[in-house]
Amino acid sequence: MSQNQKPKLILENGLRTDGRKPDELRPMKMEIGVLKNADGSSIIEVGNTKIIAAVYGPKEIHPRHLALPGRATIRVRYHMMPFSTDERKSPSPSRREIEISKVIREALESSILVEQFPRSSIDVFMEVIQADAGTRLASLMAASLAVVDAGIPVKDIIAAVAVGKADGVIVLDLNEPEDMWGEADLPVAMMPSINQVNLIQMNGNLTPEEFKQAIDLASRGIQTIYNMEKETLKSKYIEFKEES
Amino acid sequence: MSVTPSNENIIPLIKKESMLVSLEHGIRQNGRKPFEYRPISITLGYAKKADGSALVKLGDTTVLAGVKLEEEQPFEDTPNQGNLVVNVELLPLAYETFEPGPPDENAIELSRVVDRSLRDSKSIDLTKLVIEPGKRVWTVWVDIYVLDYSGNVLDASTIAAIAALYDTKLPKLLQEGDSIKVIKEEKGERMPMNYPVVTVTVGKIGKYLIVDPDIEEEGILDTRLSISYTPDKRMVGIQKFGIGTFSMQEIDQVESIARQASAKILEELKKQLGIG
Repeated sequence: MSQNQKPKLILENGLRTDGRKPDELRPMKMEIGVLKNADGSSIIEVGNTKIIAAVYGPKEIHPRHLALPGRATIRVRYHMMPFSTDERKSPSPSRREIEISKVIREALESSILVEQFPRSSIDVFMEVIQADAGTRLASLMAASLAVVDAGIPVKDIIAAVAVGKADGVIVLDLNEPEDMWGEADLPVAMMPSINQVNLIQMNGNLTPEEFKQAIDLASRGIQTIYNMEKETLKSKYIEFKEES
Repeated sequence: MSVTPSNENIIPLIKKESMLVSLEHGIRQNGRKPFEYRPISITLGYAKKADGSALVKLGDTTVLAGVKLEEEQPFEDTPNQGNLVVNVELLPLAYETFEPGPPDENAIELSRVVDRSLRDSKSIDLTKLVIEPGKRVWTVWVDIYVLDYSGNVLDASTIAAIAALYDTKLPKLLQEGDSIKVIKEEKGERMPMNYPVVTVTVGKIGKYLIVDPDIEEEGILDTRLSISYTPDKRMVGIQKFGIGTFSMQEIDQVESIARQASAKILEELKKQLGIG
């Protein structure tokens, strides 16, 4: 995808480069309990983006001086595998990965009932297997599902989607060309049942009117994704029931 | 790995309660109104060896930004523009809990947010930073150092970066036959700036929203949202900081509060920098 010329993002028929309508999500797949050792785990696929996440904890914290008296310490790492991108990415953490680990931690922390686990740690690891736009949000959702899979109480599951502007059109769930060449990228993550936004960032440029339109579109997309997440969790428990 | 910080300011609960009581009466403990910004003072040319510099005070928060230009090859995907590199450092002399060493996640996040505001606003006309198309361009290094931490370093850093850029003059270029020579000792044209950009931070305490939180307020904020604006009121960057959450309605409110504040700050900037 290393073209130098900006491609047309919205085609003559009003559809996007991958054939979607402006308000259409990419196909998604999610699964929990995919790793044996981790206390909770998940795999999520959003279009061609693929993330695996694992949660260890709540457990005793090491080193001990990181312990917080009234709540759990959350430790988060977002990492891209060297082969997850078009050009090989060095495995050492980039500034981008450091920033994303921080924003994911902050978003995740506001969903977990951290006060229930004083002096302990909850470790969350996310690995990007395939990167094709929207990796921070797919990672955050994978992490949220893995936290729930680990049996850790949360206020709500996190659902997230990026909205943006491509060739002047407000679009839902950006794909890679839109992320790269579009006019704006606005990732939003929410706990939908309590109408709280955990993560919001934006780069590019939008007028205040476009911004309002964009966050409305994001809310609608988030609701659809939220229902899929709930389905994923429920189906796991139905599976267990049938086995026993 | 990003870890829940343990060395953040601890503010007594009684302080938080008294702040909330004040806010209920529409006033802050520091005497400001909820949407009132602290006074801004700008000293241009504070670091004389830099190609441009500015010392910015936002209340007691003090930030020094310096610009240096270096001749380099352009990036492959942008052969006809200059490069921009922004770095923010939280110096150990600025605050008790800041430690020496490579930038931590807070400094990296700040750098990247300021970088995105400068870049996405198209505040600098990078296409005018070309010496020889495809071969030689200017790399603009914007280094921002926080000297005294008294809350809201992000807004102060963006102001300092913009002020230092407006203060910058490029080295002189001399056409010699077919080649262009750079005369480092002599100053040439001004940095090609299109317009300034500002970042406005709005904090949330309980149900209250406040503009430009100071250090004590930062200690009790649930969360904060920073939005960058250009003079024609385009939004050119958003970042949410901290653990708490906003409702969609609050985000809408924050946007309109920040937009109004941005107009005032831009006016102040234009006055102090002497730009139209």
